Amino acid sequence: MIEVQGLTKRYGRTVAVEDLNFTVKKGEILGFLGPNGAGKTTTMRVITCFMPPTLGNVTVAGYDVMREPLEVKKRIGYLPETPPLYTDMRVREMLTFAGRIKGVPSFELKQRVEEVASRTAVTDVLNKIVGHLSKGYRQRVGLAAALIHNPEVLVLDEPTAGLDPKQIIETRKLIRSLSGEHTVILSTHILPEAANTCDRVMIINAGKLVAEDTPVNLTARLQGFETMHMLVEGPERDVRERLARIQGVNSVLPTPASNGRVEFAVQTDKGRDVRRDLARAVVESGWGLLELRPVGMSLEEIFLKLTTTDSAPEPEAIAEEV
Amino acid sequence: MRNVWNIVRKEINSYFRSPIAYIVLAVFAGIFGFFFYSILAMFVRQSMMAAQYMQMYGQSMHMNVNEMVIRPLLMNTAVVSLFMVPFITMRLFAEEKKTGTIELLMTSPLTDLQIITGKFIAALLLYACMLAITFLYLLLLFQYGNPDWKPMLSGYLGLLLLGGCFLAIGLMFSTMTGNQLIAVVLTFGFLLFLWVIDWAGEYATGTVAEVAKYLSLTGHIDNFSKGVIDLRDGVYYVSLIALALFMTARSVESVRWRA
Repeated sequence: MIEVQGLTKRYGRTVAVEDLNFTVKKGEILGFLGPNGAGKTTTMRVITCFMPPTLGNVTVAGYDVMREPLEVKKRIGYLPETPPLYTDMRVREMLTFAGRIKGVPSFELKQRVEEVASRTAVTDVLNKIVGHLSKGYRQRVGLAAALIHNPEVLVLDEPTAGLDPKQIIETRKLIRSLSGEHTVILSTHILPEAANTCDRVMIINAGKLVAEDTPVNLTARLQGFETMHMLVEGPERDVRERLARIQGVNSVLPTPASNGRVEFAVQTDKGRDVRRDLARAVVESGWGLLELRPVGMSLEEIFLKLTTTDSAPEPEAIAEEV
Repeated sequence: MRNVWNIVRKEINSYFRSPIAYIVLAVFAGIFGFFFYSILAMFVRQSMMAAQYMQMYGQSMHMNVNEMVIRPLLMNTAVVSLFMVPFITMRLFAEEKKTGTIELLMTSPLTDLQIITGKFIAALLLYACMLAITFLYLLLLFQYGNPDWKPMLSGYLGLLLLGGCFLAIGLMFSTMTGNQLIAVVLTFGFLLFLWVIDWAGEYATGTVAEVAKYLSLTGHIDNFSKGVIDLRDGVYYVSLIALALFMTARSVESVRWRA
């Protein structure tokens, strides 16, 4: 549906995006992940024909963004970071206007407005003035405006920014429900969001593609080993020795807990499930197995690992950004 | 065409939704009212004097409503619109750039030319409303006097063309900034410069003087208000509008490149 080949965008001497290649299949949700200033918005602006690329080819539904921008624009719904809304219009007028300029036939327009309004849950504010709405409502009105012409491709720049947790969940659900008939690209710097909503995640940093895969694979690929968290009732030293003897276990790190229980972080070879062996070993030795769960590497850790390989920035700074 | 109309409709709505249109129209109506009254009062006094003159010397003085009332009024309208137009055009692009709504327009299936034309027509319609107000005053003259309507019509045509130039230049400056105040100052300064550029004709000689005289906005409106429709004046205004809109289009394009 979307093909990006060798996309490069420079602003004067600043390189915003460098040699980016990716494709998005029809009905897929692609998550664009990266710290602030990584080039997410720039890439989206090129795809939506807001700005031309410096180098490279971008096609949407087979139409080149440089040669046939009108055809591309007809097929794209775009929600920029700040929803582009006329604050002096009423929500209904805003959506009607968006529908008109996006070429929704006038006989369908009224019905379309009602449809997208109920889909994005803004029906109750249809007659309110956009400028009086809260950030969350504005975000959803922006999403409604992007959906008004039922586009094949949706490009959403941080669609959940500024929403409260309930709205975030609803918006994610909405985005998920759009996949299949719509192709969605969304950018975010909130990692669980990408993990929850997207079929595929692309991590970019400083304008370059760092990693691209499904959230699950990405996690697995980056870890050379898997970690099990265990809580065992028994003598620490014996347990540790017993566990270390199991095949596939690399190391056992104990952290003593209260009243005779011991917590272990057991590192095992990648792709080898030793949970059964671990459980059997504990039970056969007569100790109590209170807890056994795999600890996946969170996307946050992957993200930091990928984007901070060369220089190790201040942990506080990262915490603030993420 | 439908796209242009959609933009026109949106801009007109937004003019009349915000107080801008009402304030511009009201202030203009007030100022024009004062002009109308003053010029008419002077004309009435002169008519009285002419009547006395006729009684004393038996000769009539030449009195003409078109020459003595309508023409100065239309010239004054031109001056007042010089002050008003920057406020009409300032928001057209600057506001969209500031609030980010330009992204909506530019990622919708519209061409830049459609957006620009739509905005220009909307501003021209508001300007035409301004002129319509002056027409209401002038209608009074038809009630009590006997003015010739043809030079009046050509005067209005001239004002419309002149206003078109003002608006196109204002539109151009509005695309260059995200700050409406900057757009106003640049527009006003540039228009004022074009207004008085023929002063250079007073002291310069040869080609420079000729060019300065031709470039001046004032010289061309004069003919129209006299009732003379000269192709040269029409070409001047139309080409100035076209040039300013062309520059606007280039500037909008640069919004994309620079963003």
